[in-house]
Amino acid sequence: MLEIRDLHATVDGKEILRGINLSIKKGEIHAIMGPNGSGKSTLAKILAGHPAYEVTQGEVLFEGRNLLELEPDERAREGVFLAFQYPVEVPGVSNAQFLRLAYNEKRKHLGEEELDPLEFKDLLAERAKVVEMDAGLMSRSVNEGFSGGEKKRNEILQMAVLEPKLAVLDETDSGLDIDALRIVSEGVNKLRTPENAVVLVTHYQRLLNYIIPDQVHVLYKGRIVRTGGKELALELEEKGYDWIKEAAAGA
Amino acid sequence: MSQAVKEKSIYADAFREFAAARAGEPAWVERLREGAFERFEELGFPTTDEEDWKYTNVAPIARKAFMPAAPDQVEVVGVETFVSAEARRSRLVFVNGVYSPEHSAREAIPSKVLVEELGAALTGEHGEVLWNHLGRLSGEGDDAFDALNTAFLGSGALIRVPAGVVVEAPVQLLFLTAPGETESATFPRVLVVAERDSRLDLIETYAAVDDSEYFTDAVVEVFVGEGAGVTHYKVQDEAGGAYHVASTRAEVSKDAVYDLTTVTLGARLSRHDIEVVLTSPGASCHVDGLYLVGDGQHTDTHSLIDHREPNGASRQNYKGILDGKSRAVFNGRVYVHAGAHGTDAQQSNKNLLLSTDARVDTKPQLEIYNDDVKCAHGATVGQLEEEELFYLLSRGLHRDLARNLLTYGFAEEIVKKIKFDSIRAQLDEAILNRLHARLEA
Repeated sequence: MLEIRDLHATVDGKEILRGINLSIKKGEIHAIMGPNGSGKSTLAKILAGHPAYEVTQGEVLFEGRNLLELEPDERAREGVFLAFQYPVEVPGVSNAQFLRLAYNEKRKHLGEEELDPLEFKDLLAERAKVVEMDAGLMSRSVNEGFSGGEKKRNEILQMAVLEPKLAVLDETDSGLDIDALRIVSEGVNKLRTPENAVVLVTHYQRLLNYIIPDQVHVLYKGRIVRTGGKELALELEEKGYDWIKEAAAGA
Repeated sequence: MSQAVKEKSIYADAFREFAAARAGEPAWVERLREGAFERFEELGFPTTDEEDWKYTNVAPIARKAFMPAAPDQVEVVGVETFVSAEARRSRLVFVNGVYSPEHSAREAIPSKVLVEELGAALTGEHGEVLWNHLGRLSGEGDDAFDALNTAFLGSGALIRVPAGVVVEAPVQLLFLTAPGETESATFPRVLVVAERDSRLDLIETYAAVDDSEYFTDAVVEVFVGEGAGVTHYKVQDEAGGAYHVASTRAEVSKDAVYDLTTVTLGARLSRHDIEVVLTSPGASCHVDGLYLVGDGQHTDTHSLIDHREPNGASRQNYKGILDGKSRAVFNGRVYVHAGAHGTDAQQSNKNLLLSTDARVDTKPQLEIYNDDVKCAHGATVGQLEEEELFYLLSRGLHRDLARNLLTYGFAEEIVKKIKFDSIRAQLDEAILNRLHARLEA
């Protein structure tokens, strides 16, 4: 589904990614871990098309297509989804209206009929169960006045509505208490199908107790320095990132 | 002949003609007009050398020599589309400055409440209200446009709400310009007297049936009596070729509230002077507005909130959205007198530039002459946030839709305080174009 080959990227002229290679098949869950500043969030944002980053080398293929030549909104309609680390507030537009606009953009793209507010209401009510989202949050402006946990749940609700092929979750676990972490994780697990794939970008192992990854990659200084199974995350939890840094320095 | 003298005398013949046509009205009105015309002759149109007019050049208005519109009834179709639904049975309609009884309606106005066309009021039994108030807030100043309006005073409305009366339906004054009157001027004049403990909602609307070129010079005076509340909406949606210069001057008494919201959408050039005087302890006002201008438009708002007595409160929140090659000026002055202890004044002006050709000049001015006050002001000029735009794009929204949504979000703070759906819908439409339909459909 996703092929990243020798990806190099800069922000403000500074090189952040220095040759990423990664292959993700449908049905898989990959975790990308690493110390702060290793380039994890940069990778997530580049996949979604954030304008601040410049790809200087390499390629990204999504279902065989060159993802990098697509605009961010085109990528989304093709089925790429980024759950933001810091979701943005959109005053004046209700959560329900916003979700319907996004949902209908995708339907139109697929040549399907758009849903009217009533039809969409039913769909939304059903999807909201995935993240145990309070109905009151649907009529409020997008993310405005939401708690940190509500914002993260709202990201997963958007994922539930848009049903992406590839979901990239950028530190979705940060700032969540244990209950919210469980709800969000269970939501992601429920949305998992043999046809889609998930990339979890996280600093901590605890999320991976709830969402079991097929592969764990450790990113350091813009490169994947180690790849393993879920036990790699436990090893990191135990030893911290210093041994990775030392190993990378010695290599 | 110097340019200045030539400019001033363009109205001399028109004034004599107008005065002759209005013979039979009280002598004090005649004197008021004559005094105002003399003052206008002395002042002339302001120039950009004057601090208050530094960024707004009204030379085109002088050059075009817009003459007063003929006092004839003009047939016009589609008036209903400009009427606020909430004021369907409580409205006065003026077409090219002339009162139109057939389009006006008063069924929802309580009989105790006086809502009268100004021409009739001048010769009618309510002369005393007029004599006591007319020109008191705008009569003696050095504002040339106020003076010119007063010189040609005769079209507009008198509203008086007696003590303790609550007017449920909003009263709409609709000033409509219809085809056939291009290159002409109208001088709408409104006097509102809300007596002690009364309540009034006023909708003041300027609109045009087609895209003609004309000049509107409006003056509105509002007296808010002790404990009274006046909520005032001014919606300026003039034709694209129009020049609109207006002043709104209010006097707010003890424990009274004046709440003004202005919506500026139309006109090639518009200027609005707002002056709110808090004359007694505990008086308060809200002065909020939204200006939305595009290619070729220039809009200028000058406000003065005058805190004269203790424990007054004022809130000003102005937002601007500028697209294309447009320009906006905001000059907000708050004056706190030495005796006005416990004053609480806040002012904010935020601008959103949607194009690189748009320009804003914003200038807050606080003049405070005592220490026991709480005053805050702020002004910003910015563009849509990249991060916010990216968020919406990453959900699959097309770029134009995403920009519209964020623009709407910027304006929403002002839009949501408007309590009449009809005005909100008009704004939604203007801000979002097709988006509104997409949200509701």
